[in-house]
Amino acid sequence: MVVTAERTPLYDEHIRLGAQMTNFGGWVMPLQYSSIREEHRAVREAVGLFDLSHMGELRVKDEGLAQQVVTRDLAQLRPGRVQYALLCNEQGGIIDDVLVYAVADGGYLLVVNAGNQDGDFDWIQAHAPSPSGGGQISEPRYGKASVSGGGSVLNVGREWALIGVQGPRAAGLVQRLTTSELGGVKYYAFIEGSVAGVTCVISRTGYTGEDGFELFCANADAAKLWRTLLEEGRSDSIRPAGLGARDTLRLEAGMRLYGNDMDSTTNPFEAGLDWTLSLDKDFIGRDAVLRARERGLERRLVGLKMLDRSIPRHGYPVLHDGRRVGAVTSGNVSFTLGHNIAMAYVPPQLAAPGTPLGVEVRGTAAPAEVVPMPFYKRPHPK
Amino acid sequence: MPDLSGLRFAETHEWVAKDGETATVGITEYAQSQLGDVIYLELPTVGQQLEAGARLGVIESVKAASDLYSPVGGEVSEVNQDLKDHPEYVNQDPYGKGWVIKLRAVKDNPKLLDQKGYDEFVQGQSHS
Repeated sequence: MVVTAERTPLYDEHIRLGAQMTNFGGWVMPLQYSSIREEHRAVREAVGLFDLSHMGELRVKDEGLAQQVVTRDLAQLRPGRVQYALLCNEQGGIIDDVLVYAVADGGYLLVVNAGNQDGDFDWIQAHAPSPSGGGQISEPRYGKASVSGGGSVLNVGREWALIGVQGPRAAGLVQRLTTSELGGVKYYAFIEGSVAGVTCVISRTGYTGEDGFELFCANADAAKLWRTLLEEGRSDSIRPAGLGARDTLRLEAGMRLYGNDMDSTTNPFEAGLDWTLSLDKDFIGRDAVLRARERGLERRLVGLKMLDRSIPRHGYPVLHDGRRVGAVTSGNVSFTLGHNIAMAYVPPQLAAPGTPLGVEVRGTAAPAEVVPMPFYKRPHPK
Repeated sequence: MPDLSGLRFAETHEWVAKDGETATVGITEYAQSQLGDVIYLELPTVGQQLEAGARLGVIESVKAASDLYSPVGGEVSEVNQDLKDHPEYVNQDPYGKGWVIKLRAVKDNPKLLDQKGYDEFVQGQSHS
């Protein structure tokens, strides 16, 4: 069976820039353009440009439905604001982690992981109240119309491109290309506007631990926006950055990667994401999550700092007194900190910062220590 | 591009430069480009005996950990200590300051490829 990976509207740009491409979540994406190390550094010190068009976007117009499927109380979310939240199944396991945008004309936009977009859509639609009277026509998802749903939830991910502009010089760069006043757009807020003459949703969000914007635009405008940002960003030492740097950046920032650090068998308490639960409202999985808390947790996600040069990787066993007590979920070099870091699940009694642990690397126990996350916090803006 | 005409290559993407009984071993330009940023190398100790094709160590890039194999047999006489603090030399100069180990009492390996043979092998791999 040949599974054809999908291409974003920026595919030709990546090829032209000489990117090494990789398959991620069913999409062909740039892994790196020149060097993950250099792309990582550009984002920490200057500005990096990311194609995030593989991400899914689901439009949930029905506010009651959104409240039902999202773990966080959206009643507090004013239009123009964004929240990080989870989707949980009936067993309290995490189906996806999402950004929820409160849209001015009502309802919400959910930005979901690329590989989950169709599954999330089906799941949300399955919980939608059945349409009253007349009957809804559901459009084919992969047919000519890439917008599917038609009822209380629309799958619009394949209509939209998403470009990340991340780093200390990102705000200055985007500001030069728009007449909108970006100073008033705080972290986790968004506006509608125009960047480089392209109609965009300008969102002050990211997955790198740096300041920056994520720009949603129509597929047809994506190449123009991408090229203008690269051209105008030359004076800022901009670099296009691939998924490799995105992964090392988000790891330093302590941001979980769905599928690596959590999945449908992980509950939000284990993943350290219980701050996204509004337990005083009803949502799918709430009762199961509460029961899990009462039973007590068997494992917790912690940060590890490696005390030698060994590189921890997904799946490597975590050791305590020579016994296997858990596993690494993400690990790599931290270019910014100069040592190696990991996220791992360990029993709660071994989760306190300072706890000495080992990571089994090719049959040897490499020394490590539990440290608080995030590993890296950007310097406070002046 | 350095002159590679005197080198021999293994299908596991190491090169060897023989000089009488001694030899220098590294990884190829193609290998470093596939690995991406090298961040750590686990290398043998001086005096260790290696057979041709034996695992000599591990090279870790941001993307993954990969085994390194010795293209020829011999005794490890030196490991490149500079790579401890500068693993990026393997990316920057794989045929020069990014060399990995030196061997003495080297035994020949007739299965190695010359530059042309290796280039053709890589071409075939990237199109498969």
